[in-house]
Amino acid sequence: MIQDTTRFGLSPHYRLQWEESQQRFVMLYPEGMVELNGPAAEILKLCDGTRRFIDMVDTLETAFDTKGLRSDIEELVQAALGHGWITILS
Amino acid sequence: MAGLPSYPSGSPRWLLAELTYRCPLQCPYCSNPVDYAQHQDELSTEAWCRVFSEARALGAVQLGLSGGEPLVRKDLSTLIAHARELGYYTNLITSGYGLTEERIAELKSSGLDHIQISIQAPEKTLNDKLAGTESFEEKKAVARLIKTQGYPMVLCVVIHRENIHLMNEILEMATALGADYLELANTQYYGWAHLNRDQLMPTRAQFETAEAIAQAYKEKVKGQMKIYYVVPDYYEDRPKPCMNGWGTTFLTVAPDGLALPCHEARILPGLDCPNVRDFSIKEIWEESPAFKHFRHFDWMEEPCKSCPEKIKDFGGCRCQAYLLTGNMKATDPVCSKSPLHHTVEEAIHLAEQDRVSSAPKPLIFRNSGNSKTLG
Ligand code: SF4
Ligand code: SF4
Repeated sequence: MIQDTTRFGLSPHYRLQWEESQQRFVMLYPEGMVELNGPAAEILKLCDGTRRFIDMVDTLETAFDTKGLRSDIEELVQAALGHGWITILS
Repeated sequence: MAGLPSYPSGSPRWLLAELTYRCPLQCPYCSNPVDYAQHQDELSTEAWCRVFSEARALGAVQLGLSGGEPLVRKDLSTLIAHARELGYYTNLITSGYGLTEERIAELKSSGLDHIQISIQAPEKTLNDKLAGTESFEEKKAVARLIKTQGYPMVLCVVIHRENIHLMNEILEMATALGADYLELANTQYYGWAHLNRDQLMPTRAQFETAEAIAQAYKEKVKGQMKIYYVVPDYYEDRPKPCMNGWGTTFLTVAPDGLALPCHEARILPGLDCPNVRDFSIKEIWEESPAFKHFRHFDWMEEPCKSCPEKIKDFGGCRCQAYLLTGNMKATDPVCSKSPLHHTVEEAIHLAEQDRVSSAPKPLIFRNSGNSKTLG
């Protein structure tokens, strides 16, 4: 369950990296890679172990100067957890 | 042109660097070319570094370091450090044989991201028989060291008739070793595996039983261990989309510098693959006739030519088509629409005959002696 205070980190051995030649972020892991779209990359960048879920929502709503992103963010975070890209730290 | 499907295009994403054909083991299913002993003139450290830099500039981001046994290259750490600095995700694909605690630590400090080790079978006698070398206990010890040094534990087991009945034991071994990823790679019949096909190919019943066990286990360990299951396409009715499209995603560089659109492509007659000693990676990728050869649909013959599925599977594997039919432009005979599909059925039949024979053919081990005689 994702709560306001939940913190996320990239799973061990996963690397989020900007690819100049593709002009996008990719997620790298043993023998695999996922090419990320803009919003997914913005969210995953915030999964750095320091932010609570509520802070992530705040940061993104401020950055994009909009409200009501929470459910979209939650959906992506759930999917990322399901793929094993990120883990819950606390 | 409206209405005509366009072939995918792209820059290389994966670079497979086969650093050497030398290997202390002798697996009879090895995918290296049978004549590998003739191609021993390995690229230098500088040449490999240049290849890594040039491919990275084009967009390659996953780097596989394989062979042969990549550990025999004394400059492995130097190569890894260079690759890591360029931003590659570095994958070492090794038998694990000869890997010491110090070497693992050294590779780690060079920036290696992960190590995949292969084990031949879940028990000593069979493992050591298949490897042609006593190596089982050592491999298991190495698997544990990899884990304790903070790498993900990626275990690969190649599946064939000699070990397919041990699927349960293979899965238990992977769990006991704490594998984070398990690759169950059904043998693909290229190189030495093609030579030993009659002796290695499981029956359909064996394959179905093993697959059911593996799939059930996959569900059970979901979230703890990721299982990749590579299907044996002789029992499929559609071929695999070979290399994700020819010259679209993958670039292999062989030990002697030959640049290949697929790691088996050396066998294709007249393809004339370019060598990195003579051309830049950019020239090879964008201009070489070999990389352009199948990078479109125009080469196709019927039934692929007018088949709507060609945009999905690109007509299958060129090397498999060549090995089974002698024509590299033929529809991959794995496809049930292929007029030469019977060649696959014959191969299955020959393997079955060998399996029930009172005098089955011996496995031919991958070593320099055999390579010189048979290559
Ligand atoms: S498959 Fe076996 S023989 Fe071939 S390179 Fe790998 S470990 Fe060596
Ligand atoms: S005929 Fe060719 S393109 Fe059509 S499904 Fe078979 S292999 Fe694929």
